[in-house]
Amino acid sequence: MAKISSLEELRKIRNDAKESMKTRSGNAKVRVFASMGTVGIAGGAREALKAMIDELEKRNFHDVEIVEGGSMGLDKEEPIIRIERDGFETTYGKVTPDMARQIVAQHIINGQMISEWVIARNEK
Amino acid sequence: MKIYRIHALICAGGQCISAGGNDFEAALRVEIEKHGLEDEVQIVETGCMGACEMGPMMVVYPEGTLYINLQPENAKEIVEEHFLKGRKVQRFMWQKEDGHFPTLNEVPFFALQTKIVLRNCGIINPENIDEYIAYDGYTGLGKAVGEMTPQEVVKEIEDSGLRGRGGAGFPTGLKWKLTAQAQGDQKYVVCNADEGDPGAYMDRSVLEGDPHTLIEGMAIAGYAVGANQGFIYCRAEYPLAIKRLQKAIQQAKMAGLLGKNILGTDFSFQLSIRIGAGAFVCGEETALLSSIEGKRGEPRKKPPYPATSGLFGLPTLINNVETFANIPVIVSKGSSFFNAIGKEGCRGTKVFSLAGHVNTTGLIEVPLGISMKEIIYDIGGGIPGGKVFKGALIGGPSGGVIPSSQLDVPIDYEHLNTLGAIMGSGGLIVMDESSCMVDIAKFFLQFTVDESCGKCTPCREGTRQMYEILDRITQGEGVPGDIEKLESLGKVIQDTSLCGLGQSAPNPVLSSIRWFRDEYLAHIEKKECPAGVCTMKKTTTTKEEPRRGRKKAST
Repeated sequence: MAKISSLEELRKIRNDAKESMKTRSGNAKVRVFASMGTVGIAGGAREALKAMIDELEKRNFHDVEIVEGGSMGLDKEEPIIRIERDGFETTYGKVTPDMARQIVAQHIINGQMISEWVIARNEK
Repeated sequence: MKIYRIHALICAGGQCISAGGNDFEAALRVEIEKHGLEDEVQIVETGCMGACEMGPMMVVYPEGTLYINLQPENAKEIVEEHFLKGRKVQRFMWQKEDGHFPTLNEVPFFALQTKIVLRNCGIINPENIDEYIAYDGYTGLGKAVGEMTPQEVVKEIEDSGLRGRGGAGFPTGLKWKLTAQAQGDQKYVVCNADEGDPGAYMDRSVLEGDPHTLIEGMAIAGYAVGANQGFIYCRAEYPLAIKRLQKAIQQAKMAGLLGKNILGTDFSFQLSIRIGAGAFVCGEETALLSSIEGKRGEPRKKPPYPATSGLFGLPTLINNVETFANIPVIVSKGSSFFNAIGKEGCRGTKVFSLAGHVNTTGLIEVPLGISMKEIIYDIGGGIPGGKVFKGALIGGPSGGVIPSSQLDVPIDYEHLNTLGAIMGSGGLIVMDESSCMVDIAKFFLQFTVDESCGKCTPCREGTRQMYEILDRITQGEGVPGDIEKLESLGKVIQDTSLCGLGQSAPNPVLSSIRWFRDEYLAHIEKKECPAGVCTMKKTTTTKEEPRRGRKKAST
């Protein structure tokens, strides 16, 4: 670590470090839920999720919590990813890695849902 | 910056490692690699999480899932089910009686605590300075050197009401003020990390789990009293603590938080470690200072106090680990924050190591003024096996016994003194009906007999005489008058010993006589041990030689 030469610099380092530990705080701005049942995984859920994390890293967005869970029962739409942001739960179906990257850019970071891929949306 | 969707925090405190925590971690790494999850799961080794009974343990975020008593063979299932598919493996999780699986913050053992000293233990990686900084680390130091005068820092500590956590409870602010006012070009700050009470490991957990908090606390102290050099005196029996401290000091130096011109100011502070060779008496401050000087670790008469004539005869501020660990919080959040915790005259929290006959043993931090009942029954989960509580020994080998009739008394320095016990450094041993109080008193007295440095007569000879009387009593050879003899000997030792070791050595005996006199009488008059612990001989046989086969004291 380079020398910290002032209190302001220390505060800046603290804020950056805090971001990277957001996952442990339980109060991230966006929550991503990925369905990881057998069907989901077979349908490419892992690839979609990996692409999503990669895109979040590229765009340096850390205010997010990623949770996996079992199948929702809606096998036809797998892989399914649900985004919880601003009090709404938005569910996307048949998510490919490319779609996952766009969801990061538009919905997770900027709060603009991509209507054509949404299969369900409700208030939380 | 890298994003990990799962943060797996594995407890790397001394207990969990002894219970095989390293093997589990190694197995977990192998499984994670096998499934290609290295980029998604971050494994963090933390300091002691406190619930040592449940070790080796792991907390998985973001949900805060709590896995306990982990074995290497459990790693495969956790990775394949939880990390890969998001299905928690319930049979390895902590389960409440009602079948509910609580997260870390919902377990009563954790939920009922107030953490200041242990605020980062079990949450951050102690070997990573960034994680300490993320949790407001070094902002106290930054605020002190950047925005406050040394006098203001001393004032803040005085206002907080913090008292020394090493045992005696001397007001910390006053000690700082005296050292700051002492005349001398060179002053020192010393940390007493020579924690030696049997069964107590509060300080070790801070050193292992959050070494930077000690470094920050000492640097703030250096600024406040005008010292540019600090020493940490740590016992050699704590190798992991020493390793992590060394690493932390190195990182702090690299970051410019130790060394010359800290944070671009005129303040400079160097810190080094001195390793003690395992003498209990070196936990006494004057003996500790002698040991740092390279002399024999023996106490000396006070006054002069270290504040005016300490290390190498120069003004020295000496506090223990837990005291220093409170300092960064007091400075960064202000004395009023600290003052709101605890009760009048006893502000803040105290860390106890809860051991003995209690359901959840481990390390706890509670506000001062809490009752013993809350600690044992609410946090510790009560006495196992449906047995009945008999007494709790607080304050280690120099402490006293608290009987069941006094369970509601608030735990603070003054109340404990009236009960014949002391706060001590924070050892807390719970005993149920199967413990014999005479035997326990004998056990702890043997410890002080062994550890007495021998410099002053009351401690060297007196404790041995008391031990021999107790030894007779536990073998069925007690005679009427023994109790009175123990009481008068104990009083003389308390009054005339040179240092705290001797002055407090009779405490376990005197307090157990006070509350359990009947038990002593049963041993002496009926030749019976009510708890069935002591093997009472009806006939006279040769006495058992005390440990280490030392020369017997003259009779």
